Amino acid sequence: MGRRVLVTGLGSFWGGRLAQALEKDPDVDVIVGLDTKEPRVELERTEFVRADQSYSILSRIVQATQVDTILHTFLIVDSTRMSGRALHEINVIGTLNLLAAAGAAGSPVRQVVVKSSTLVYGSSWEDPVWFREEMTRTHSAKTRVERSLLEAESYLHDFAEDNPHVVVTLLRFSNVLGTDIVTPTSKALQLPAVPSILGFDPLVQFVEEDDVIRCLEFVMREQVPGIYNVAGDGRLPWSEVAKICGKRTWPLPPVFTNVAAGPLSRLGLELPSELLDLIRYGRGVDNRRLKRAGFQYRYTTAGAVESFARASRLRRAVGESRPEYKYERDVENFFRRSPAVVKNE
Amino acid sequence: MATGERITAEGRGALVHLPRQPEAEPLHDPRQSDVDEWGRSEHIRQLTRRLYGPLYRSWFRVEWEGLEKIPTEGGALLVANHAGAIPSDAPVIMHGVEEELQRPVYGLADHIFKAMPIVGTMWARAGGVAAHPENAYRLLREQQQLVLVFPEGTKGPGKLYSERYQLRRFGRGGFVEIAMRAGVPVIPIAVMGAEESMPIIYKNATLAKLVGAPYAPLTANMLLLGPLGLVGYFPSKFKLRVLDPVHFDVPPDQERYSRSRIMDEAEDIRVRLQENLYEMLRQRRSVWFG
Repeated sequence: MGRRVLVTGLGSFWGGRLAQALEKDPDVDVIVGLDTKEPRVELERTEFVRADQSYSILSRIVQATQVDTILHTFLIVDSTRMSGRALHEINVIGTLNLLAAAGAAGSPVRQVVVKSSTLVYGSSWEDPVWFREEMTRTHSAKTRVERSLLEAESYLHDFAEDNPHVVVTLLRFSNVLGTDIVTPTSKALQLPAVPSILGFDPLVQFVEEDDVIRCLEFVMREQVPGIYNVAGDGRLPWSEVAKICGKRTWPLPPVFTNVAAGPLSRLGLELPSELLDLIRYGRGVDNRRLKRAGFQYRYTTAGAVESFARASRLRRAVGESRPEYKYERDVENFFRRSPAVVKNE
Repeated sequence: MATGERITAEGRGALVHLPRQPEAEPLHDPRQSDVDEWGRSEHIRQLTRRLYGPLYRSWFRVEWEGLEKIPTEGGALLVANHAGAIPSDAPVIMHGVEEELQRPVYGLADHIFKAMPIVGTMWARAGGVAAHPENAYRLLREQQQLVLVFPEGTKGPGKLYSERYQLRRFGRGGFVEIAMRAGVPVIPIAVMGAEESMPIIYKNATLAKLVGAPYAPLTANMLLLGPLGLVGYFPSKFKLRVLDPVHFDVPPDQERYSRSRIMDEAEDIRVRLQENLYEMLRQRRSVWFG
């Protein structure tokens, strides 16, 4: 019998991409996608359920669909996308309700995969060169997004302890670059001059977006439990990242950096303080545990940067090449359920 | 709190046997600089060596004793006494070992370097690493490198000239614990000459607090040379003596080692270094000519 999978945040970049990948997997029977907003990518057989962001109806959905796997991709790591309060609601309260539903009596759920971020390690001058999964950050979390991720992770720890029969996988993804994803980092790298901090050239690490999806599929397929850092091999100085993108760096002053970065937000570039810390101190995570579990990366850190640089060169030349996808429930339902539709099996 | 290891890989969940994957082709890695994972750049290191060479040979006229005690392969933790307002002993040891034994030394330095613009970046490019136990373990155990650490920390270079060659407390013996965990010997090095190259004659605690530095010194160099005194070392004669390596007969990779054993070993090394320093000072006729 195939897997029955629930994906959170179907309308988000990761949820949509993951559902598309899962649809190609013949071992996955059912894919249910949850979100407040409609999916932005074309989906063949994923069922979209509109739920409020704190998932209050989730236990009913879990019971009704009998899903055995929950892929929780809907943790917000980009703090520029919403207010701190909304972010807290999604990351903390959302995860709390999700896990409550997954751990309810008689729940069919046997695996929970959570997509967290290496933001939980922070970025400070007292950090080691590489963080291993069992290490904690050296300074307490200042930003709301970091605190909310730590809280969400701690709920997952409790869940794992209370539900020993469930395979719990916590993936901490490094900063992502790739062909499609838009983050404050990717926006910064698309400026004519890439912001940096005067006198600092820290080592940063990236993971390519395809490796993110492949990793989520991998841990689901192989049912790998545990905590894993997911990041490409190697670390690059920030200046080299800019160089691979064919850009120069434009230094911000090392003191009052936040003030200096302020006007940039009016130009459409928000540099959240997590990112300012990153381009000041850098961060490295040890990715060897996931490799030992059998995962093979397709991109190194430099490879991820190059993949992004190539895609953005193409975009500059031809513009956004893909037509905007518009989800329309009636049309989707027609395609999926009508006996008139001929399916190519 | 949240990054504990309560989600474990052991005992459960391994429903599917993980296939042993064949060794993959090396991934395409379009690097453009030669900066490695530690932030070192071979290019900048070569340049620094070329610039530092004359200072090492003609200014400090460094002499080594017992250099053969430093292994030419395998990890080892070098520890030394630390002195001079801007310590000159770290580059002397790093440069010297690399010149004589053709192997690099990773100098561990206080994290505060990483918070300083330019200085931190240059220090990393030239071969310095932040003194985090995890960094030291990785270098010593996994990469079998030579690592240099000054157990006195900033208390060594921050002492007044009147306290010269009197070793401060060796921290909490963390260096012994790291060597035990990494399964490598500790090799003490007694350094004579650094104290006189930039002696501190006055310290101001208020100023230090104000700028967030471990100490704010007034050096004899500054008195004589003005602002140039920040970089102008006196040409004191350097003599370095490598002492017998200390092997700890304990299994590596333990969760914890006996605290009292660690403190005893650290104190033994400190005493041995102190005695050797006094002996070297007894033989020294001149600060400038040795």
